[in-house]
Amino acid sequence: MVPITTLHYLVVAAALFVLGVIGVLTRRNVVIVLMSIELILNAVNLNLVAFSRMWGNLHGQVFAIFVTVDAAAEAAVGLGILIAFFRNKETVNVDEIDLLKW
Amino acid sequence: MLNAFMSYLGSTVTPGEAGNQFWALIYVLIIFTGVSLAVVCMNWLERKALAHFQIRLGPMRVGPHGLLQPIADALKLMLKEDIIPTEADQFVFWVAPLIGLLAAFTVYTVIPFGPSQAVSDMNIGILFMLGVSSLGVLGIVVAGWASNSHYPLIGALRSSAQMVSYEVAMGLVVVSAILMTSLNASGTGTLSMIGIVQAQQQQGVWFIFKFFPLGFIAFAIFAIAMVAETNRAPFDMAEAESELTAGFHTEYSGLRWSLFMLAEYAAMIAVSSIAVTLWLGGWMRPFPNLLHAPACEFIFSLFPGLTFGGLAAIAVLGTARMPAHSFFKIQRIGLAAFAALLGFIALLLLVIAVAGRSADTSVAARFREGIDYVYWFVLKVAVFMYLFIWYRATWPRYRFDQLMKIGWKVMLPISLGVLVLTAIVGVIFP
Amino acid sequence: MNSAMNSAVSTINAGMAPVATPWFFYVLAGLAVASGVAVITRRNAVHAALALIVTLLSVAGLYLMLYAPFVAGVQIIVYAGGIMVLFLFVIMLVNIERSSKERRFNRMWPVGLAAACALMALFVSAIAKGNKLFPDRGMTLLESSNTQQIAAMLYGESSRMGQYTFAFEIASLLLLVAILGAVIMTKKKI
Repeated sequence: MVPITTLHYLVVAAALFVLGVIGVLTRRNVVIVLMSIELILNAVNLNLVAFSRMWGNLHGQVFAIFVTVDAAAEAAVGLGILIAFFRNKETVNVDEIDLLKW
Repeated sequence: MLNAFMSYLGSTVTPGEAGNQFWALIYVLIIFTGVSLAVVCMNWLERKALAHFQIRLGPMRVGPHGLLQPIADALKLMLKEDIIPTEADQFVFWVAPLIGLLAAFTVYTVIPFGPSQAVSDMNIGILFMLGVSSLGVLGIVVAGWASNSHYPLIGALRSSAQMVSYEVAMGLVVVSAILMTSLNASGTGTLSMIGIVQAQQQQGVWFIFKFFPLGFIAFAIFAIAMVAETNRAPFDMAEAESELTAGFHTEYSGLRWSLFMLAEYAAMIAVSSIAVTLWLGGWMRPFPNLLHAPACEFIFSLFPGLTFGGLAAIAVLGTARMPAHSFFKIQRIGLAAFAALLGFIALLLLVIAVAGRSADTSVAARFREGIDYVYWFVLKVAVFMYLFIWYRATWPRYRFDQLMKIGWKVMLPISLGVLVLTAIVGVIFP
Repeated sequence: MNSAMNSAVSTINAGMAPVATPWFFYVLAGLAVASGVAVITRRNAVHAALALIVTLLSVAGLYLMLYAPFVAGVQIIVYAGGIMVLFLFVIMLVNIERSSKERRFNRMWPVGLAAACALMALFVSAIAKGNKLFPDRGMTLLESSNTQQIAAMLYGESSRMGQYTFAFEIASLLLLVAILGAVIMTKKKI
C-alpha cells in the first residue's frame, strides 16, 4: 500500500473545503450555511496540521488551535444573530434576509 | 500465549503504550464486562438502598433479598416490544441511545485502574475524557428531538442547557487540578491520567488536601457538577417525572430504554473515576509514602480479601436470619451458595496476598499489586456511587431557574477564583 | 529553526511503530468526505448536524494520525462537545417544520455550484502541478510531550518559545467580544 504522505491529507482537506463552499453558496437554511463554514474551517485546520507534520514543528498545530477559537466565537455570534433574526422574521432562510430595515 | 502473558505481567506500561493490541483488546473486553456487571450491581443496590432509606424492604421475591432482580429486569426489558413512534425520525431515534452508550464506554479507555492497569496512557488523557463524556449530551438532545413529542423535547433542551452550563465550572476546576501537577522539580504538568496520579504520589499528598481549602473547594465543585452532568437527583430536571413524565426517554421502551439506563450508570462511574483520579489519589492506598514498611504493605494488601470476607459474613448472617418456614428453603440455599461464592473469592484474595507479600517481580507479587491497585480504585469509586444514591434519597429536586442560577452565578465564579488562587499559591509556595 | 523545535522531531525509527495504518487513513478520510456530502445535501438540519459531528470526529482521528493529539482533543471537546450542541440547541429552538418542507437550495444555486466547481478545478490543478513541490516526507513528532510543547509555545517565558503569547491574549479578547455579542444579540430587553 502507498504510504500516506502530506499530499493525501491535502486532498482530503481540499475536498472538505469545496464541500463547505458549495454548502455556503447554495443552501438556504442559515444553520446549514453556518455548519458549512465549520466544514471550511476544519479543512483549513487539517491543512495546517498536515503541514505542521511535514515541517516537523508545532507552529501549524498552534495555529489550528487559534482557528478553533475563532470557530467557537463565530458559531456563538452567528447563532446569536440567527436567533435574533428568527425572533423578528420567523424565518431561517438566507434569501429572505434581504431587507436592511423593517 | 503463556509467555506473552508472563512478559506482559512483567512490563510496567499499559497495553496501548506497549503497542500490544491483543492485550488492549482483552483489557477492553474485561472493562466492558466489569462495567456492565457494576451497572447491574448498582441497579440492585440503588433499589435496595432507596427502599431502606424509606423504611421499605425493596425487591425481596426474585432470589434471596432480590439478588436476582436485575437479571429478571434485564430479561423483561429484552423481551419487551420495541416501540418506535410512527411520527418519530426512525434513524435518529434508533441511533440516539447508541451515541450515549458509545460516549459513556469510550471514556474507560483512559481510566487508570493502576499504573499499568489501563487500556492506554494517552498524553491528553483528561482532555479526551472530558471531551468524550461531553458527547453524551448529543445522545440525549438527539433522542429528545427524534421522539417528535413535547415532553422529550423539553427534557432534552433542559438537559443540554444544564450539561453545557455545568461543563464550564467542571472544566475550570479540572484545570486547577492539572495546575497542581506542575508543582514539581521539572515544572511541567501533565494531562495524562496516570501522570496525574503519579504527580500526587511524588508530591506526597492527594490533591483534595493540597493547599488545603483550595483543593477541597475544587473537589466539592466537581462533585456537584458531576451530579448535574449525569442528570441525577437533585439535578434531574431532564427526567423530572412530576413535570415531564420521563423527560428525553419518554418515548423509548424495552431494550433501547435499557441502553439509556446503561449509559447513564456507566457515565456515573466514569465521572466518579475522574474525581477519584484527580483528587483522591486514584489507585493509591491511604498513606503510600508514609507507611511503606513491608508489614504495612502486607496489612493493606489483606484489605481486598477482608472486604469480600465481610460481605460473605453478611450473607451468612442473612442466611441464619431467614425465617424458618419451608417457603424460604430455596431462598436460604441460594443465599448460602452466594455466601460460599463470596467466601471463596475472599479466600483466593487472601491466598494471593500471602503468596505475593514479598515485593519482588514474581507472578504472585505482580498479581497482588494489581489487585491492590484495582481494589483501592474501585473502593473509592464505590463511595461515590453510594453518594449518588444518598443524594437521590435525601434532597428534593431543584427548580430549573435555580439550577441555572447556581451553575452560572455561584459555581462558575467560585471555580474561577479557585483557579486563580491555585495559580497564585502555586507560584508563591512551589 | 531553533533547538527547541528540533527536539520536537525524533527520528522515524525511534519508539514503537504507529498503530495507525494507511487503511485507517482511508477509512477516516472516506468517512469525513462522505458525511461532509451529507451535511450539504440533507434536507433536515438535525441530520446535517449529525453528519457534521461524524466529519468532525473523523477529522479528529486524522489529527491523531498526524501526531497532533492535543489538537484532536481540542477538536472533540470544542467542536463536537460544545459547538455542535449549540447548533442542535438552536435547530430545536427555531422552527424546523416549515423549513423542512421548503426548497433546499436557493435560487442562485447553479451559479454557486459553478463557482465551487471552478474552485475545485483550481485545487485539482494546484495539487496536480505542485505534486513534486511538496517534500515527500513525514516527520514523526514527539507525541508524548505534544501538550507541553504547545504550552511552551503559547505561554513560554523566552521570546522565542512564547512567541504566541500575545496572539493568545488577543484570542481571549475575541472570545470575550463574542460572548458579549451573543448575549446582546439574543437578549430581548437589555
